[in-house]
Amino acid sequence: MTSDITRASAAELADRLYRKEISAVEATQAHLDRIAAVDGSVHAFLHVDAEGALATARDIDRRRAAGEDLHILAGVPIAVKDIATTKGLPTTAGSRILEGWIPPYDATIVAKLKDVGMPILGKTNMDEFAMGSSTEHSAFGPSHNPWDLERIPGGSGGGSSAAVASYQAPLAIGTDTGGSIRQPAAVTGTVGGKPTYGGVSRYGLIALASSLDQAGPVSRSVLDAALLHSVIGGYDPMDSTSIDAPVPPVVEAARLADVKGMRIGVVKELGGEGYQAGVRARFEESVQLLVDAGAEVVEVSCPSFEYALATYYLILPAEASSNLARFDSMRYGLRVLPDGVDDPSAEQVMAASRDAGFGDEVKRRIILGTYALSSGYYDAYYGSAQKVRTLIQRDFAAAFDKADVLVSPTTPTTAFKIGEKVHDPLAMYLNDIATIPANLAGIPGMSLPSGLADEDGLPVGIQILAPATKDERLYRVGAALEAVLIQRWGGPLLAKAPELLTTANGREARS
Amino acid sequence: MSAISRDDVAHLAMLARIDLSDAELDKMAGELAIILESVARVNEAATDGVPPTSHPLPLTNVTRPDAVRPSLTAEEALSGAPASEQQRFSVPRILDED
Repeated sequence: MTSDITRASAAELADRLYRKEISAVEATQAHLDRIAAVDGSVHAFLHVDAEGALATARDIDRRRAAGEDLHILAGVPIAVKDIATTKGLPTTAGSRILEGWIPPYDATIVAKLKDVGMPILGKTNMDEFAMGSSTEHSAFGPSHNPWDLERIPGGSGGGSSAAVASYQAPLAIGTDTGGSIRQPAAVTGTVGGKPTYGGVSRYGLIALASSLDQAGPVSRSVLDAALLHSVIGGYDPMDSTSIDAPVPPVVEAARLADVKGMRIGVVKELGGEGYQAGVRARFEESVQLLVDAGAEVVEVSCPSFEYALATYYLILPAEASSNLARFDSMRYGLRVLPDGVDDPSAEQVMAASRDAGFGDEVKRRIILGTYALSSGYYDAYYGSAQKVRTLIQRDFAAAFDKADVLVSPTTPTTAFKIGEKVHDPLAMYLNDIATIPANLAGIPGMSLPSGLADEDGLPVGIQILAPATKDERLYRVGAALEAVLIQRWGGPLLAKAPELLTTANGREARS
Repeated sequence: MSAISRDDVAHLAMLARIDLSDAELDKMAGELAIILESVARVNEAATDGVPPTSHPLPLTNVTRPDAVRPSLTAEEALSGAPASEQQRFSVPRILDED
């Protein structure tokens, strides 16, 4: 019975809750049991809040029994990336500098989850301050890919994708600054969406790069992602970059799931050399399936994408260096006194605290960003990068004249082994080469599973991109493709993942 | 332009208020040099006459009415403080000694 519940999609769970076939407490407890059984080896969670989650569940059950009209997702459990502030629950952003910090307020998206009545199972692991593509830069140890525990689950949102891929949660919140929702989705065989910039409130999200960050859904199906997107999206006066418009009709689009007559643009610069053979093969097959389903394919070229990675790794560190200046040990976070200094100054304490509290990747990016913004270098680096950003937006605009959506492989490779790239920053940065352009332009993107690579049997993702504010097109195309692929596979791709050993089996839960 | 010396890194670390150790300074200078070489590519793009973009969706002067509304209590605001005193954040000296 327990495994039934945790294998259900959020939509199925919602339906069973609505029909009172199961209670919210049963649904929540089933997931808490699953967490206890497998998270020892997956390490998706940094903090589990059994008490809080069950309290929410009991409240929903009571209200449902009283005949109250509840949101479709009421009672459906969810995990939240540890970058979103949760009142009363530790929030670390994967960093020692915030270890033990308990926020006194909720992020807007967390408040929305609570309004709907979704039990929050806990906070998921992530690369420190969302800087990374593997979750290896978490100060609290990496998360592991449920398909092969020796491999990365992606990053920075590896905890959320691993939790959902291992059935510890039907849904999770992620954030995406350069691909941190989409890339983990691709390497774990799950679905991940990055809404249009401004479509989801950033209030209460620990900021990495304020002009690039966006929170979004992590799920096992396109419809589930749409349901979650419709909960967290919408105008927020607490976020001055929030779009004052209704959430796009993403759920209707996911249910419509029809690509007849749509123009699908294949981006010449995203794919090809540098992309693993199995990644390309699954991508080309998926494109063909879209054609078979009635879409028209056009080739588009976005030449400025050649500079996207360089642009991103200038803009992000510059914005991050500014955003992370607040972690100065004065008002919250780690405070460390410098060794051998009597009566240290505030600046000395700040410097000692930041050196002790930040990991290597964070320090690298802060220093890089400080350099890019410093006088004498501003124009050559940050100034140039901002201009290339304009070129990238223009390339997208031209592409969307010819196509309704664009598609590409989400990542150049399948999940690599833990430890393989962590000491080579540039090699690590290359994982985001296909996902970065969308953040630079502010357009929405999604990754969904397109199959397994022949050479290693690991999941591959296809990325869909749409014009800004047209998020519904992602769900329409994604759901259509997903339906066809599931039919071919005889079930969801995740069903092919190896069963995780559970501690309930009495065996050590390690691969 | 893309070479970055250990002294440069030390200066930047001071600007960023991070007390890097000697070992960290050595390592970082090398790592940053490689990264800088690759990001310097932005200068190869044809950007003459191209306006910069700092924000994906242009917005102007987003304001709210100047009206009092609920906020954090002093206790909540101080709840994460490493040290506090009389409803204030207690911090190390901010002025130089004479």
